Amino acid sequence: MSANLQHHILTVLVENKPGVLARVSTLFSRRGFNIFSLAVGPTEDDRFSRMTIVVDLEGTTLEQVIKQLNKLVNVIKITELAPQAAVERELLLVTVSTKDGLRSSVVELAAIFDATIIDVGFEALTIMVAGTPDHLDALEELVRPYGIIELQRTGRIALPTLSRESTKLRSVKRRPA
Amino acid sequence: MKLTGAQALIKSLEMEQVEVMFGLPGGAILPVYDPILDSSIRHVLVRHEQGAGHMAEGYAHATGRPGVCIVTSGPGATNIVTPLADAYMDSIPMVAITGQVATHAIGTDAFQECDTTGITMPVTKHNWLVTDVDDIPRIVREAFHVATTGRPGPVLIDVPKNISNAQMDWYWPDGVDLPGYKPTVTGHPRMIKEAALAIMAAERPIIYAGGGILKARAAEALRELAELTGIHVVTTLMARGAFPDDHPLCLGMPGMHGSYTAVMSMQRSDLLIALGSRFDDRVTGQVSSFAPDAKIIHCDIDPAELGKVRRPDVPIVGDCRLVIEALVKAVKHEIAKLPAGSPGRGDTTEWDGLLSEWRVSYPFRYQQEADGPLKPQFCIEQLRDRSPSDTIVAAGVGQHQMWASQFWRFNHPYTWINSGGLGTMGFAVPAAIGAKVGRPDKMVWAIDGDGCFQMTAQELVTASAERIPVKIAILNNAYLGMVRQWQELFYEERYSEVYLSPDLPDYVKWSEAMGCVAFRVDSPEDVGPTIDKANEIDDRPVVIDFRVDYREKVYPMVPAGGSNDSLILGPWAEMSADDRKAAGDPNAV
Ligand SMILES: Cc1ncc(C[n+]2csc(CCOP(=O)(O)OP(=O)(O)O)c2C)c(N)n1
Ligand SMILES: [Mg+2]
Repeated sequence: MSANLQHHILTVLVENKPGVLARVSTLFSRRGFNIFSLAVGPTEDDRFSRMTIVVDLEGTTLEQVIKQLNKLVNVIKITELAPQAAVERELLLVTVSTKDGLRSSVVELAAIFDATIIDVGFEALTIMVAGTPDHLDALEELVRPYGIIELQRTGRIALPTLSRESTKLRSVKRRPA
Repeated sequence: MKLTGAQALIKSLEMEQVEVMFGLPGGAILPVYDPILDSSIRHVLVRHEQGAGHMAEGYAHATGRPGVCIVTSGPGATNIVTPLADAYMDSIPMVAITGQVATHAIGTDAFQECDTTGITMPVTKHNWLVTDVDDIPRIVREAFHVATTGRPGPVLIDVPKNISNAQMDWYWPDGVDLPGYKPTVTGHPRMIKEAALAIMAAERPIIYAGGGILKARAAEALRELAELTGIHVVTTLMARGAFPDDHPLCLGMPGMHGSYTAVMSMQRSDLLIALGSRFDDRVTGQVSSFAPDAKIIHCDIDPAELGKVRRPDVPIVGDCRLVIEALVKAVKHEIAKLPAGSPGRGDTTEWDGLLSEWRVSYPFRYQQEADGPLKPQFCIEQLRDRSPSDTIVAAGVGQHQMWASQFWRFNHPYTWINSGGLGTMGFAVPAAIGAKVGRPDKMVWAIDGDGCFQMTAQELVTASAERIPVKIAILNNAYLGMVRQWQELFYEERYSEVYLSPDLPDYVKWSEAMGCVAFRVDSPEDVGPTIDKANEIDDRPVVIDFRVDYREKVYPMVPAGGSNDSLILGPWAEMSADDRKAAGDPNAV
């Protein structure tokens, strides 16, 4: 499930209008581009929504994707986040079988992953975990032997990493010695 | 002022200076048809909505103004999908208005409901579903803005019936507010300078002019650039007429059926100046072997075209006219820096010599024998020579289209109308009608194939009823000729489903039944006199059924996907000059 190293994260600021998601997804299929994952949500400004689209492409195609997306009248701004310059998070819900007295072992696993048990049945548990896609991949792999009854992931969302350098410090540092 | 949505829609079109729209009414668009009776806008009632779409395109091609078509929901809307796709491929400004079922019925599979905005999303530049009557003037304003600015294209406004019936307070917006739509029009000065330097240094430069020249109304600027620099120009299928064919620097059409000189000049060039062209596969052939030694300057108003097929060395995003004008200035500036008495730009004498040699050795060829079968190229040459030089020519899609582009002399911009990108059979008749509506002062000839004609001929009824005197030349070879040509050359002459018959239908009777004057021509000596007769008729459409030789093929030809270097010249190439002279080739030297 994990995106290979060529994955690119596009955060696309779009007008919050009906049909915008369809325009974006139609464009992807019409131009033969592949979407790895896509998440849409409101932003701080209710006129706009933000889409986080993860695509697996090489350089030239990526440039085409961005340029073609930019032509959509409802697309305001596209930012490409390099994976190393972004903080990415994703949410996973998984219902795991706990037959044969395996409940405690699954609960233990959830605890290790900082996951939360959000629903309990006689023979199954539903676990929620938020984290990096890798973190989610690992949990998914480890619960699989118990029997995954149902699983859903949201697709990742991302924001650029913040500079750790304080602007004040930087201006101090720049002063000639 | 209180208006219904329908009245507001028509008033908005009037505000956009629409003079004509092409359409056909039906249930969902009924409210909008009522105020048409009181409007200054002319409505042309078509016989099939596809005709309305292509008429709007032909009108836009010929006038530069957006073409407008108006149809009902469901089947009316799906019938204009082909013209929308056509206009999208060829960047034709067009505004389509479709009726839609009432908003509360949307999604219920109501009678004549279809997801028009969904279906047309990939073939329009943008589309709108109106959900509030107050939005109508704003949306119309936005629609015309989007259709006509940046890279032009078709847009669609879907208007539910209850919205057209609702009341609103009339207003007209001052402008448009589209935060996500800001086309770049002026080229980057640094790129312009780089382009000028590349032009100064090049030894084998070629200007590769595309349809963008016409869209940007840049024909004059292009001429200035070519004359200033002495650089030869190829004009793509979409740019025929953008640079005059009779100009000494014009090399004509490149591509799959282009002239040897145009194709080879690009292959051998060291600098391709692509202006409003898009490296279409019909021009480049196999991309990896296209113009292998050429540095590329690529100017287009659509940033997505730069690097889509071939990575440019000097990318310039901008309007062709503004960029070329800036380029002319920049080149003049560089020329001024040269020492006095220097010959100017880089030395291209050898190159110019080679091009002239090619032009003499490899013209387009055919041979019309006096008592032999009628040749389609001969008909086109006769049409050309017997019609005014600024005649507008609309073509269908197939062999006849290629011959029309090869053998006509396009010396004026906006005189060539064809379906280049989508290759839509049936385009010619309605496009010619739209062009004639837009330019009633000009003679308009459609050069059509027998196959194409049968797809949209019913619009001649529209032309007769509306007194739109277009002229149609059917090059009747009794075949889907272009497909036959491919089967002959690449499928071992296995002719599968391409025969049409010369007599079924009887084109003369059919045309007469549609209110046209019609002639049939079988022999070369009748061609000229019949064309003269047709050219005298100016009160109704005329159709000539030219019975032409079905064996004739379009040459030169680059096999699909093949390298341009593998261009096939055709039978004339194998003959010696003496044999050609003996066979009556006027071009034999
Ligand atoms: C709507 C549509 N259907 C099919 C084709 C494929 N096609 C391209 S050219 C051609 C033959 C056209 O025949 P005709 O109009 O007689 O022209 P000719 O080539 O004989 O001059 C066909 C079928 C097309 N371009 N458009
Ligand atoms: Mg034919």
